[in-house]
Order: sequence, then structure tokens, then C-alpha cells
Amino acid sequence: MSDHKPGFFTRWFMSTNHKDIGTLYIIFSITAALFGGWFSMMMRHELGDPGLQLAADGQQWNVWITAHGLIMVFFVVMPGLIGGFGNWFVPLMIGAPDMAFPRLNNISFWLIIPAFLLLVASALVGAGAGTGWTVYPPLSTKLGHPGMSVDLAIFSLHLAGASSILGAANFITTIFNMRAPGMTLHKMPLFVWAMLVTSFLLVLSLPVLGGAITMLLTDRNFGTSFFDPAGGGDPILYQHLFWFFGHPEVYIMILPAFGIVSHIISTFSKKPVFGYLGMAYAMVAIGFVGFIVWAHHMYTSGINVNTQAYFTAATLIIAVPTGVKIFSWIATMWGGSMTFPTPMLWALGFIFLFTVGGVTGVVLANAGMDTSLHDTYYVVAHFHYVLSLGAVFALFAGFYYWIGKMSGRQYPEFMGKVHFWMTFIAVNFIFFPQHFLGLAGMPRRIVDYPGPLVPEHLQGPFVNHIEKIKWMMDQEYGYQLWNYVSTMGAYLSGISVIVFLGIVFYTLFFGRKVEENYWNAIPETMTFEWTLSSPPPFHQFEIQPTVK
Amino acid sequence: MTKITYWGMALFSFLSFSSSASAQDVARPTQLGLRDAATSQMERITWFHDHLLMYIITAIVIFVTALLAWVVIKYNAKANPTPSKTTHHVMLEIAWTIIPIIILIIIAVPSFKMLYYLDRVEEPDMTLKVTGYQWYWGYEYQDHEGINFLSYLIPEEEIDESKGQKRLLSTDNVVVLPIDTNIQILVTSADVLHAFTLPAFGFKKDAVPGRTNETWVRIEKPGTYYGQCSEICGINHAYMPIEVRAVTKEEFKEWLIKAKEEYALNTPQKTYELAYIQGAQ
Repeated sequence: MSDHKPGFFTRWFMSTNHKDIGTLYIIFSITAALFGGWFSMMMRHELGDPGLQLAADGQQWNVWITAHGLIMVFFVVMPGLIGGFGNWFVPLMIGAPDMAFPRLNNISFWLIIPAFLLLVASALVGAGAGTGWTVYPPLSTKLGHPGMSVDLAIFSLHLAGASSILGAANFITTIFNMRAPGMTLHKMPLFVWAMLVTSFLLVLSLPVLGGAITMLLTDRNFGTSFFDPAGGGDPILYQHLFWFFGHPEVYIMILPAFGIVSHIISTFSKKPVFGYLGMAYAMVAIGFVGFIVWAHHMYTSGINVNTQAYFTAATLIIAVPTGVKIFSWIATMWGGSMTFPTPMLWALGFIFLFTVGGVTGVVLANAGMDTSLHDTYYVVAHFHYVLSLGAVFALFAGFYYWIGKMSGRQYPEFMGKVHFWMTFIAVNFIFFPQHFLGLAGMPRRIVDYPGPLVPEHLQGPFVNHIEKIKWMMDQEYGYQLWNYVSTMGAYLSGISVIVFLGIVFYTLFFGRKVEENYWNAIPETMTFEWTLSSPPPFHQFEIQPTVK
Repeated sequence: MTKITYWGMALFSFLSFSSSASAQDVARPTQLGLRDAATSQMERITWFHDHLLMYIITAIVIFVTALLAWVVIKYNAKANPTPSKTTHHVMLEIAWTIIPIIILIIIAVPSFKMLYYLDRVEEPDMTLKVTGYQWYWGYEYQDHEGINFLSYLIPEEEIDESKGQKRLLSTDNVVVLPIDTNIQILVTSADVLHAFTLPAFGFKKDAVPGRTNETWVRIEKPGTYYGQCSEICGINHAYMPIEVRAVTKEEFKEWLIKAKEEYALNTPQKTYELAYIQGAQ
């Protein structure tokens, strides 16, 4: 078998190979995660005590939350799940030699680098873009942000959006046209189904975001007034446009995770996925309903009460296909012969945490209930349970499941488990108390919260914690106690990131070399990638595989 | 969690009522649940959350966790070396589609009732107009000519704990409202988005420039209540609290007479101008 690879520069900077581009995406995603994670560490440190610890003022804080949100959504989860695992494993799973448009694939990746640089610039130039990831006008217009930071953020989203649309078009074409003979849509692996639905969501929703932020750009720079009431515009219009993209976006982040988890559960239960068709069409249903629930992000904006009632009903309905998925995963394991290597732990953790995040979603779906909880930490807890603990757990699950396939070397099992348990404990410490804060009324996106200042000798993380906790509990009012617990969890999660980086380094240089099917997947659960060497040859499937 | 919430709430409400006659509404450090309800709105929200949603979501989480624990114990490779071949069970799949739908209907019916109750009141007894500014609130008693004022955060250095003032919650001009009165609240903004909310009252409305949003409350307990701006609005988003003192109708009448004198120089026009000048600083 000839396995000719191009030289270093050609291979990595002019790449047309889906596996190399996937690798670039994964490296990019991990790098961006360190930036986004650094912002979150600063945020949690800031909120560890009442008063200002790190931030100079509220604007700096707003810049952190904006950068954290946009980086995690556009530059960590999407490149990791879609660009990384999608590029690597969609062609492998359908038995294709590469993506349909290899050069388009290359430009998709290389657009995201300047997009990221523009975003970082938006946080560093002038006062920074402190609008929240939603970039709501009028705060994001010249009125609230006169400098050029928001313009840079808008350009960043333009490029990231273009990159994703091109990538999505590529996936749709690849999946529709390049499946191995005999692989009908109803025999397609669930991860490929997930990527197909995700790609359609991207193609249909991102142009709406592009339009909205372009209108914002012209409002800011060319005297239009799409969103300015003084000129006949409407700030609520922006919210409709943004969330018409923004809600599908959350499913864009979670559907690939569903796909990955399905494969892992099935492989390590030694059973095919239970209710395969139900699983596939549940994703289609979630994708479809995801487009008609956007205004549940806007219950308090003053939309009509009948509109609120409709969006309540539509949002509650999403719980049905989501429930189908949860129960089908459990049914897949039922009667199975389960083993619990690291990727399986992440997948099980995913199911538990996604369930917790899902039920708080049912609470928030009710417009009346949302009157209390909207824009509080309850919302923060909810969406971090489904994204930070859902999508990110799936990223780690996929990483441990496939790193042997991608690099040819296996991660150290014991340390993988240490990493899992550290992260699992840490994230629950971070986010579970935030439910209490939200129920008690603590608003989101505030740099400082009500509560008496902590005495000097108890400030910061290096103090007598028993005394500090006692002091915090004894106060008459304030949000300090649960914020303190949350921040302690964040420090632990920071340490777990270092463990992960150590595992990556060890695996790539000293990891044990592995065979094709190193998880011993049984034929009933096996997808095509396990028939290839680890790592797969530069050009795979010289003989086209077929499905019976 | 629900039980703990209840014990916690019961304990704290006992403590707070034994110490003072009127309710003191604050988030306590160890609080696990919603704030004590002070209005008929919040009572419904509290019932809906504590007596319906919490039971359902707790049961679902326990059920899923139990199933996970069961499969892990019962169907691991040691306990069950040969995996079954079952991949379909039509009745089961129908069941886990239909049962969630039934649960959702059980949630949706009271949810809709509550939503329409919270929406607006047909014939309000009085109206309070609230305007959000960067970064303070303007209040206008529309039925009582001449009562307009701006309300600012009391800075940290000036907080007087002996007066019961609270860091990042207490304001210089407190909004005074009567109990047992249907109060219409109109919310708008003069610059960027803000959100006007009082957790104990069970309402939250975005302040949107160019629009006037409407909601209402009926306060049932006298006391001092606090809220904070709940939509990101720039550098001082964390520093524009809302403080409301709810009093009996008689006390409110007395307050109106005093307030007319105190705020006599503030015409609505003047209030806006003042706000504009201060905003520009």
C-alpha cells in the first residue's frame, strides 16, 4: 500500500486531507479552550468573594464573559465536534476516501484562524466588546460601545459563520453522495446522522445570524437604524433574528455529542444501538423543533402573552425526542456486557449530566416560571449542564474513544479515569450550587453581587476554609456562600485541565501503539473506522467497502 | 432537595418573622430555593415550582440515575458475559414517547393558567412607570402628579448597616408601594436594555427603548424588597439595584403627601433632563 505523505508545509498548511484537517481542528479547539477556560477561571476567581478581586471594573468583566461565551461556542465546541471529529470520522464511517470538496474543507479551517484572532482583538482593542455573546443592541451599537471592538467581534462572527456554512455544505454533499454501496440512509452510523442534521441546522440558521450582525454593523457605521427606535427600528427585531440562529446553535453543539455518545455506549455494551431508527429520527425531530422555539429566550422582552404560550408549548415538546434518546441509550446498555474504560465513563457522565440539564430546561421552558428565573444563575447552571457538561463531556468521550485511532497510540487508562473523576466532581461543584443562586434571584453577568465584604484575613483561596465557610453562612444576606463553593470547583477543574494536557502529551509521545480494532468492537456495533489501521493510511479505502 | 428547601425555608421564615413585624426580603447565604413570596404572583410561581416542577424533575433525575446504576451493576461484563441481541421493543418505545407527553401536559396546564394570570391586570388601582437608565432607575407615580424621582445605588463606602442598608442592594430613593392594591407597572428604557425585577414579587420585564412593557403586582406583605437589573447594560450593570418598601394603604397615603413635597421640583421633564445630564457625566 502506497502511503505517500506530502512535505510538512504542504501537508499542514495546504492540506486537503480530511484527517489532517480534522487534526488541525482538534489542535485549534484545544488551544481555544485554553483561552476560553482562562477567561472562565478569571471569572470564577472574581466571583469567589464579594467585591472586586481581579476585574478593574464592570466593563472588563463584561468583556470576559463575552469572550468566554463566543470562544467556547464558536471556537471550542463547534470546531472540536464538527470540524474535528466530523472531518475525521464522517468519511471513515461512510467508507469514503475523503470529503466531497477537499479544498473547501481547507478554507473552512483557515477561515476560523483569522476569525479567532479578530475575536481576541475585539477583547483587547479599546474598551473591549462587553455585550455578552448575544451582542444585543442598543448596548452593542455606538451608544453602548463607541470603539471598534464590537465591529471586530462582528467580523469575527462573519468569518466563523462563513467557515461553518462551507463546512456544512461539504458534509451534506459528502453524506448524500459518497456513502459506501449498500449504506442506505437507514443504515448510516448515528454519528453521521447527527452530522447530517447538524449541517442542515448550520446552513439554515447561520445566514440569519450573518444578516442580523451585518444590520448591526451598518447601524453602527453607516447610519441605518434597523435596531434603533429613534430611527424607526426595533431592538427586539435583533433578538428574534439572533435567537432564530441562537437556538438551533445549541442543538448544533449537542447533536454531534449525541452521535458520539451513541457509538461509545453501543461499543462498550457490546450491543447495537437500541431503537436505531427512533434515535436517528429523534435527532431529526430535535433539529426541526429547534427552529420553532427561539423566542423562549425572550419571554421577558415584552412579547405577546399568546406568543409566550405558543413558545412554552413548543419548547416543552423538545423534551419528548430528548427523552427517547436518553431511554434508548439506557436500553442499549440493558442486557449488554458492559466494560468501563475512560470513554465509557465520559459517556455515562454525559447521560447523567444531560438529564440534569434537561429537566432544568423543562422548568425554564414555562414562560411564567421564567419570569422568576430569566437572566439568573439558574439559566447559567442549566446551559452549562447541557453544554459545558454535555457537549464538553462528549468532546472528551470522543477524544478518549478515538485518540488511538487518530494517533496510533493509546492514552494511559488510569490517568484517563483520574481525569474523568476530577472533572466530574469539579463541574458539579461549579454548576450545581448555581441553581440555588438563581432560585434566590442572583442575576447573570454581574461583576459583583450583594453580600457583606469578606474580612481581610479570609479573602482569597489561601485561607482557613472552615472559618471562611462559617463566616459566610453566618451573614444575614448575600450570595457569597454558593459562589465560593462554585469557585472552589472551578479551581479543581483548572487542575483537571492540566492533567488532561499531560495525558495528551504522554499519549502522543509515549502511548502504547494499538491495532485496528483496539476496543474489540463486535461486528454488530462496528463502524468502518475500526477496519482500518491506527492511524488510518493517508489515503484510505483503496478497495471500496460495502454494506450488506 | 425539595425537602431540604422546605426545612430551610421554614426555619428562615420563622427566624425572620420572629425578629421583625414586616418581611425582610433578602437572599440568605444558605438559601436553596426561591425567595419568600410577597405577592399573589410569586405565590403561584412558588407553588408551581416547589409543588409541581420540583417533584417531577427530582423524580425524573432519580429514575434515570437508578436505571443507570441498575445497568452498571446488572449488565457489566462480569455479571453478564454474553450480551443480549435485543434492539427493538415497539411497546417500550411507544411508552417512553407517550408517558413524557402526559407529564408535559400535566406541567403545561397550570403553566398556561399562571402565565395568563401574570400577564396583566384589566383595571389597575394605580400605575408605576419605571425607566431604566445607564445606570439607575427613574420612577414616576402616574396617578399622583408631581412624584417622580431617580433612584441610585448607595455606594459601598456610605452603607450604614445600623440602618439595615445592604451592600449593592440599598438605594438612595426607595420606591414606596401600597399592599393589597393592583399595581400596574410600565417599564421602558431611555438608553440600552435593562430588566426590572423583584424576585419576591415574581415579575421581570425588560426595559426596552422605544417600547413600554406592562406587568402587574399585588403585594400582600409589608416589608422592604430588593431586586437588581437583570439584563446586561454596560459597565455598571451590577450597580443599579431596585429597592421597594411596601406599606399599608394608610401609610402610603401619608407617604404621598410627604413625597409630593419632597419631589415637588421634579417634573417628568425635569427628571428626564436630570437623568440625561447625569448620564452624560
